[in-house]
Order: sequence, then C-alpha cells, then structure tokens
Amino acid sequence: MTPPVPPSPDLPVGAVVVIGGGTAALCAAIAARRAGASVILLDRAPPENRGGNTRHSRNLRIMHCAPSPLFPGSYDEADFHADLTKAAEGAGDEALGRLLIRRSAAVPDWLAAQGVAFQTIACGGLPWSRKTAFFLGGGTAMINTLYATATRLGIDIRHRSHVIGLSRDGAVTLADGAGGTRTVRARAVVVASGGYQANPVWLAEQWGDDAAELIVRGTPFAAGEPLRALFDLGAASVGTPGACHLVAVDGRLTEADGGIVTRVDGLDLGIAIDRDGKRFEDETTITGPTRYAQWGRRVAALPGRIAHAVWDADAVDRVPPAIVEPIRVESLEALAAFLAVPIADLAASAADSGRVTRAPFFTVPIRPGLTFTCYGVRIDDHSRVLTPDGEPLGCLFAAGMIMAPNVIGTGYLAGAALTIGAVFGRIAGEEAAEHALG
Amino acid sequence: MRLDDPREEARRVLRLCNVCNYCNGYCELFRAAERHRIFSDGDLATLAHLCHNCRNCWQACQYAPPHPFAVNVPLVLAELRLLSQTELAWPRPIAHLGLLTLAVSLLPVLLVLLLVPGESLFAAHTGPGAFYRVIPWATMSLAAALPLGWSLLALGVGLVRFWRAGGGARGAEMRAACPEALRDAILLRNLDGGGVGCDDGNGLPSFWRKRFHHLVLGGFLLCLASTMVATLYHHWLGLEAPYPVLSLPVILGSLGGLGLIAGSLGLLALKQGADPAPIAPAAVQSGRLLLGQLVAMAASGLVLLALRDSPAMGILLALHLGTVIGFFVALPHGKFAHAPYRAAALLRAALERRNDER
Ligand SMILES: Cc1cc2nc3c(=O)[nH]c(=O)nc-3n(C[C@H](O)[C@H](O)[C@H](O)COP(=O)(O)OP(=O)(O)OC[C@H]3O[C@@H](n4cnc5c(N)ncnc54)[C@H](O)[C@@H]3O)c2cc1C
Repeated sequence: MTPPVPPSPDLPVGAVVVIGGGTAALCAAIAARRAGASVILLDRAPPENRGGNTRHSRNLRIMHCAPSPLFPGSYDEADFHADLTKAAEGAGDEALGRLLIRRSAAVPDWLAAQGVAFQTIACGGLPWSRKTAFFLGGGTAMINTLYATATRLGIDIRHRSHVIGLSRDGAVTLADGAGGTRTVRARAVVVASGGYQANPVWLAEQWGDDAAELIVRGTPFAAGEPLRALFDLGAASVGTPGACHLVAVDGRLTEADGGIVTRVDGLDLGIAIDRDGKRFEDETTITGPTRYAQWGRRVAALPGRIAHAVWDADAVDRVPPAIVEPIRVESLEALAAFLAVPIADLAASAADSGRVTRAPFFTVPIRPGLTFTCYGVRIDDHSRVLTPDGEPLGCLFAAGMIMAPNVIGTGYLAGAALTIGAVFGRIAGEEAAEHALG
Repeated sequence: MRLDDPREEARRVLRLCNVCNYCNGYCELFRAAERHRIFSDGDLATLAHLCHNCRNCWQACQYAPPHPFAVNVPLVLAELRLLSQTELAWPRPIAHLGLLTLAVSLLPVLLVLLLVPGESLFAAHTGPGAFYRVIPWATMSLAAALPLGWSLLALGVGLVRFWRAGGGARGAEMRAACPEALRDAILLRNLDGGGVGCDDGNGLPSFWRKRFHHLVLGGFLLCLASTMVATLYHHWLGLEAPYPVLSLPVILGSLGGLGLIAGSLGLLALKQGADPAPIAPAAVQSGRLLLGQLVAMAASGLVLLALRDSPAMGILLALHLGTVIGFFVALPHGKFAHAPYRAAALLRAALERRNDER
C-alpha cells in the first residue's frame, strides 16, 4: 500500500495567473501587470526551452495606413479583412476579426514600448513584405525581451509549472512532478497555453494511432491540458477537433522544436512518391508561399503518412539548400531498393515526370510537420471564455492559439497567429486585471 | 551535433543559418553568408572576420543548446578566426606570445640598467633631446622600426593570402568599394546589433561594447598620429623630444593614451561579466593580452609624461619603449591582426553588395 501523498502547501495568492509562456501569455502578463495587478506566470517549459511556438516565429501581420521604416507599403483594414475572410473560409467571427485587425495597428508600438525590436527595411536582408513586420532576430529575441521586461515589472515567473486543471473561480491545479498536485489561486486566470499539437493521444481521436507520425515542429510542451480543462468546465468550442496546420518536413528530423529549418523545398524540381513508389500529384503545380502547407496536407493524407522526394543529378543543385544533405544513390535500382518500392513503379514515376533522368539520384523522406492545432475555446471581445449560451465562464480568459479559431477558423494566414497572440493577449491581460482588481 | 573541426562545424552552422535567416538584421555576416551555397575555406575565413562578436545571434538563436542542432555562431567563428590567423601567420605562428611580449617589453629596461651608467640613467634630464641622452635617438628608432617593419611585412603577407583565399579582386572594383568598407570599419557598424546594441551577457543589449571599442580604435589612431607628428617635428622642424605639454604630439598622445586605457579597461570589464558559452577561451586570452599591452603602452607613456623631468625618466622611457616594441612584435600574431583582416572582410562584403546591386 502506498502512503497518501501529503498535501503540498498552496502557492501564494496572485491577483492574475497567466498560463503559458509564448507571445499571448507574455503580452497578457505584462498588460495585466501594467494595469496594476500582481501577476504569476505559469509555464510548463524549463527556462532554457521557454517561449512556446513563439520562439520559432518571425513576423506578424499588422494593419497600417502608410509606408514606414517597417513596411514598404500600406495595408489597410479592408485589405487585411479580405485576407482574413478568405483564410477563415467564413468560419471566423466578424466582430472579433475586426477587433483583431484594428487592434493590430497598435501592436508594433506597444511591443516596442516593452523593449521589442523590429527589423527595419534599412537593416537589409528582409524579404519584401507589405503586410507583416519582422522581429529583429526573430521570435526568440522577442521572447527574451518580453521575459526581461516581465521580470523588471515584478511578474512572478515560474517555469516547470505544469497546469493540469482549472476551476471557474480561479483555482489552478499544477502537477508537482511527483504524482501529486498543488494549487494556485487567482482572482482571474488567462489561459494562453497554445494548442495541443504535442499531444498524440488527443490527436489520435481524429488521426488514429499513427498520429505520432506527425512531427511536432514547435514546442513539445503544448499538450493542451488547460484547453481540456476549459472544455471540462463547459467552455464552448471553436474550430474543429483534429484540424491543424501542417507543412512538409524532412522525415529524418523527427524531434520537436525543429522550427522553420526542417521544411522540404524544391519538390517542383523533382518528383514526390508515396511509399509504393507512385506519384500522387503534379509537382510543378504546387508553388508559391503555401507550397510547404499544400505538401504537408497531401503527405498527411497518404498511407503511412510518408512520401519521398527524388531529384536527379541535374536538378539537385537547384534545390534550395537544406540543413541536411539529401541521401545520394547511384541508380534507380539502388533507389528502389533503398526506399523498398517496386522498381517498375519507381521507374514509371521517374519517366512520367520527365524530370528524373540522370544518375546519381537524391532523396529525402517527407513527413507532415505539425505547426499547431485549430481547435479552441470561444471568447467574447473582452477575451472572456464563454459557455455555449454565451455566458462568461467564471473568471477565465483566453488568448493566443487557444482561441485563434474564433477569428480564423481552421484556416491559415501567415503572421496572423502572432498578431492574435499579441492583440488578445493584451486584451485578456487588461480585462483580467480589471476583473481581479474591480 | 557539434563537429570537432571548426571549419566543418562552421559549414554546418552557416548552412543552417542560411535556411533560417532570422538573424540577418543583426549584421553583415548573415547577409554575406546568404550569398554562398557552399563555403570554401577562404569564404569561411572572410565570414569569420565579418563577425564582430556582438553575440546577439547567440541570444536570439532558437537552435542554441540544449537544442540538438546546437548552433553557436559566435563560438565557431571565434575558433575559426583563431585557426585562420594561425594558418595565415607568416613566417609561422608564435607559440608563447604572452611570454615573448612580456620578455621583449622588459628587455629595454634590463639593457639600460646594464648599459647606461647609473649617473646618467638616474639623473634628471631636461630640455630638447633629454630622452636621447639616456637612449640615443638612432638606437631607439632602430629598436622600434625593425620589429615594426618586420611585423608589417608579416601582416601584409597574411593579408594578401587572406584576400586571395577569399576570392581576390581587381583594382578598380576594389577601390570603388573602399569608401564603404572604410566607413563600416571606422563606424563599427556591425557592432550596432541591428540598431539595439550588443548583448553584454545579461540578456540586455547596450552600446557599451561599441563605445569602448571606439575608444580603443580612436585612442590607437590618436597615438599613431602623435608619433607621426613627432617624427615630422624631429625631421622637418628639427625639434627634439620631449615636447612641451601643449604641443601637438603630447596632446594627441595623451588623449590617445587615455582613450586606449578607458576603452581597454571597459572591454576587459565587459569580458569579465560575459556569458562564457559563445566565447572561445583562446580568443579571450589573446584579447586580454592585446588589451593588457595597450594599457601598458598607454599607461607607461602617460607616467613617462608626468615624470619626465624626474630621475625616474630613464627607466620609464625604457619601459615605455619596451611596451611599444612588445606591441610591434606581437602585431601579426596576436589579436591585433583581427583589425586588418576584419577590414579586408568588410571590403569583400562591400564588393559583394555592389555586385548584388548590379
Ligand atoms: C516553426 C513555427 C514558426 C512559426 N512562425 C510564425 C510566424 O512567423 N508568425 C506567426 O504569426 N505565427 C507563427 N507560428 C505560429 C505560432 O504557433 C504562433 O505564432 C504563436 O507563437 C502562438 O503563440 P501562443 O502564445 O498562443 O502559443 P505558444 O507560443 O505556443 O505558447 C504556448 C505556451 O504554453 C505553455 N504551455 C502549454 N501547456 C501548458 C501547461 N499545461 N501548463 C503550463 N504551460 C503550458 C508552453 O510551454 C508555451 O510556453 C509559427 C509556429 C511554428 C511552429
């Protein structure tokens, strides 16, 4: 018989508890602190892995009426609205979408006031981008700055704090790492824990047992316990269970946190074959900035959720450089043996394309890389979590990817995720502080 | 995942940087690396010297350890700078540079003690030519000029090798890119960290490193100017040192000396508090040696100025001369060599920028 676990002493009472450690959480924590609340930030990750998916990000989408040091052109409300509506495919809430767009305009100045630096056009090195602003040094640099600011403001930052339960009245349950739990009580709670992309068990509900074949591109700490807890408390859902953003990544790089350097590119220069050696797409038609995502979706739908890129000796030098060299094989026969596919099918695939002719050949395994899930909780324009009847759920607020489907459904719009984190993080923080202090 | 050979490690890391690109607002290094798909040894040496060691990219790196990709750009480039400077060193690298420079610096003191009669060495000499009554002008000039000439030759050989390995360039092209390169070198634009300053190890960027470096650079140039003016005084105007306190050589030299001391001490202090992870210990050592030498040279010069009318002048003069000779001897083999190599790397980058625009 195991002795009962003694109850751990409660952690101190904080006015506002923020759950998460990425853009949304830090913006919420800083906004709440600046609004006068005392704030505890609970992040599951250890300090050296802090920053959630945000540490891999780079740019955010901003409405702005005139060119500036950050933007070579303007991007007005109508423009942004058109892009957002198209991406959301009608699934976004109109009022929250407008709120996002209008509030986005203030994001660069607000972040700059927290010390965050942006890469100006004058710095050089930027791709031409009218719609998005880039963090100088990327998301990790931004996260470092926000943590430094949060520390300076006196926010109580607790890493390795794994939240596993919530209550309507602000009790937050943490796993203590030894099988027991502790509780932190707050007057208001902001849940900014991202999606549940690093939870293969939950994903298996829609993706089946091979959900584990999906490679987590970002933080391994986004398992979605706080999201599950919100649903258990009766929060209304938005988005679709199992829906997620996928891109094609190098199947040899299976660890989480691969970030943006594991994507596979240059498929239009060769062929993509499934595990039987057959092509499944006209590779030359998949181009443009969405090509990674288009390939990700297609590979995820294949048997075994795997494909192989193949280039020949003429094409390989034009394939954009990747962090790991493709695997080289001397003949089609050797390639067929290496990939364990019938040589006849492989040879037919190569011949049909007309692009894979001259030995040696080069191949890379392709797997779907999972960026984030598109399933979360419904909120109102104060970032309060809502029940299905539209009532606020106790003192609970939500920001970031956990509520992103409110505005973008299961769609994807480059740079929108960070903007959602910054805009609703700030709203949630200010509102939570008001709720807590009021 | 870190590779032992610095060149292979640099290739691995820069390849990853080229795919990621997030740091290309920080400095010229990342923008220059993007021009290469494969990196020759010469490319790597050039890129390594474009790095001004601001370390913002280390702080910002999503792939820094404990990430398995274990990216540490400042560290591998510092190792590469050491490696390429050793390989470029002509006629061959010197093993115990610190000891050698110390010995050389103290040698003149020993020699004056042995060779100059005590009643002259410890007498108070004043008026024009006072210094030369302790150490004759010809001896002093020769003792400085010979090691300087030799070192400049050695540095020149290294620089030519460096430039050729980096791809060479024709005269007109090179001349056209020179103003830009000179501007980048003098303004230390790559220590701007993209506009926020550089990380000092506490996660907060500042411009202190750039300021201190500017003090050192400015101080060095002022001292150089002082020496040149003094040479002109000696040969053209027939005026012999020591010069009055309000003369050009003394003013330039004093300001330069103060700049060298303040800047060097500042840089040494920053090294003290720095995060050790992105730093190559050998590079810190050679940096400390150079900064120590600069401080010794400047301080001995200033003390000599203060006490030049006293009986201590002879020994102080020998000491100052020694530190200067020690500095000259170490020039091509120590940290100082980063200056010409960095200037050449900036010239290469300016050239390539101009080619991009075409
Ligand atoms: C490689 C990559 C690149 C991207 N690039 C961009 C980009 O350039 N622009 C853009 O807009 N979007 C980008 N994204 C999308 C990204 O998901 C969002 O931009 C944004 O980072 C999400 O912010 P967030 O704060 O909601 O979540 P995250 O940044 O993912 O933060 C979630 C946090 O919650 C913590 N957490 C999770 N569960 C718990 C728990 N149970 N208890 C305590 N803490 C918990 C995690 O540790 C983490 O700190 C990218 C994503 C990836 C993977």
